[in-house]
Amino acid sequence: MEDMKEVIRQYVINEYVEDDSEIQNDTPLISGGIVDSFSMVSLKRFLENKYHISIPDEKATPEAFDTVDKIVDLIQEYIKG
Amino acid sequence: MGYTDQTRAMYREILDGLKEAGIYKEERYIHSPQAADIEVEFPEGSSLKKVINICANNYLGLSSHPEVIKAAHEGLDSHGYGMSSVRFICGTQDIHRKLEHMLTEFLGTEDTILFPSCLDANSGVFEAILTKDDVMISDRLVHASLIDGIRLCSAMHDTYKHSDMEHLESKLQLHSDRRLKLVITDGVFSMDGDTAKLDKMVELCEKYNAMLLVDDSHASGFIGKTGRGTHEKYNVMGKIDVITTTFGKGLGGASGGCVSGRKELVEMCRQKARPYLFSNTIAPPVVAGVIRVLEILSATTERRDKLEKNTIFWRENLQKAGFIIKEGDTPIVPIMLFNARLSQNFSRDLYDEGIYATGFFFPVVPQGQARIRTQISAGHELHHLEKALDAFTKVGKKYNILGKTKQEIIDMYGM
Repeated sequence: MEDMKEVIRQYVINEYVEDDSEIQNDTPLISGGIVDSFSMVSLKRFLENKYHISIPDEKATPEAFDTVDKIVDLIQEYIKG
Repeated sequence: MGYTDQTRAMYREILDGLKEAGIYKEERYIHSPQAADIEVEFPEGSSLKKVINICANNYLGLSSHPEVIKAAHEGLDSHGYGMSSVRFICGTQDIHRKLEHMLTEFLGTEDTILFPSCLDANSGVFEAILTKDDVMISDRLVHASLIDGIRLCSAMHDTYKHSDMEHLESKLQLHSDRRLKLVITDGVFSMDGDTAKLDKMVELCEKYNAMLLVDDSHASGFIGKTGRGTHEKYNVMGKIDVITTTFGKGLGGASGGCVSGRKELVEMCRQKARPYLFSNTIAPPVVAGVIRVLEILSATTERRDKLEKNTIFWRENLQKAGFIIKEGDTPIVPIMLFNARLSQNFSRDLYDEGIYATGFFFPVVPQGQARIRTQISAGHELHHLEKALDAFTKVGKKYNILGKTKQEIIDMYGM
């Protein structure tokens, strides 16, 4: 679980952060303006490819993607499912 | 009555909040035609002030050119004032199609369709040519009107870091399974004045079988050796699938825009683009004016050459004076001040010195990147630029920022 959090946190930093902002597992990504809701699609596709899951569009909401912690919860749901 | 006191108070609170945040926009009333020298009433009710305009999109100085004005007059006389119709009902005159043919020739494309504005072109083009099976991949700094158009389209959307070709390539790989891929960029980015790397982008698009759309609003008429746009500058004419552009900047500055590119994509816009189908055609005098602009620009490169010379003078001398400017070679020259309040004060002091240039700050540009954006024109003579340079230097000295580094300015004024 911690590994997964670190993978996602690193992806978010590489993909979206263009200054030296710190990203923690509970940093608000979308409501905090770090990830444009437009750019969420690559995060979703990255997660789907990486963890061999399919997240339905209606579940990939800005709320569900707002922190690393929440993203991990969502992934767990589909890995288990 | 639905508009209650409570509703009114709610809106007042929002508007007051904008004022408190320093992001409330105020208009300055210009009493003269658009040109290098203008007469401005500001604030409202004050007497007219003669100032040098250094923040218009009037890149080629054609907004009030006598030949363009004459052509618009003639167009008004021969083709009337308005069409009272959208294009496909009874709003298409011979001159509308003539202008489309001329733009096709000028931009080196296959066909062109006019829109009431480039904002309309950008709003309509994506939904007309893409479906939910496709993907749009846009630079993170594209113009607001492209973002609006992207939002209106059902295709998947992703972004790449500004002008980062490796990142774009990774996105093209990520989305390789989509039916169609459309890469979207500005030709010249309006806030920084830098240009998209169209040669690299064409290469990538060919490699990954993607289409390329370029909004060349801040380029048409003056970027490239004969002013055709960024595709000319990067030697990729004929390889851009869609160009959108405006007639509201270099090409006369009135209004209107177009989608120009692959024949079938233009035809799709003619069948499906909502701003084309549901909004009036461009007024005949404007069409006649733009036709004259294209005739002028096709006959000689004199105006874009003068603009290039003016731009070099302005960029070199600002740097010599000790300002930090965004590097580049376009007539959009941002002078970096970093602090929002400083940019507002600087602009106000310039105005007192007879120079009209606007401060830009968050949210228009990223936090900590406040600036004065200047835009050079072929309508500027050397004396305009020298006077502006004197004023900038005087105000720069007042705030003690000349020759200072970014960090030193931030240390003095904050981000």
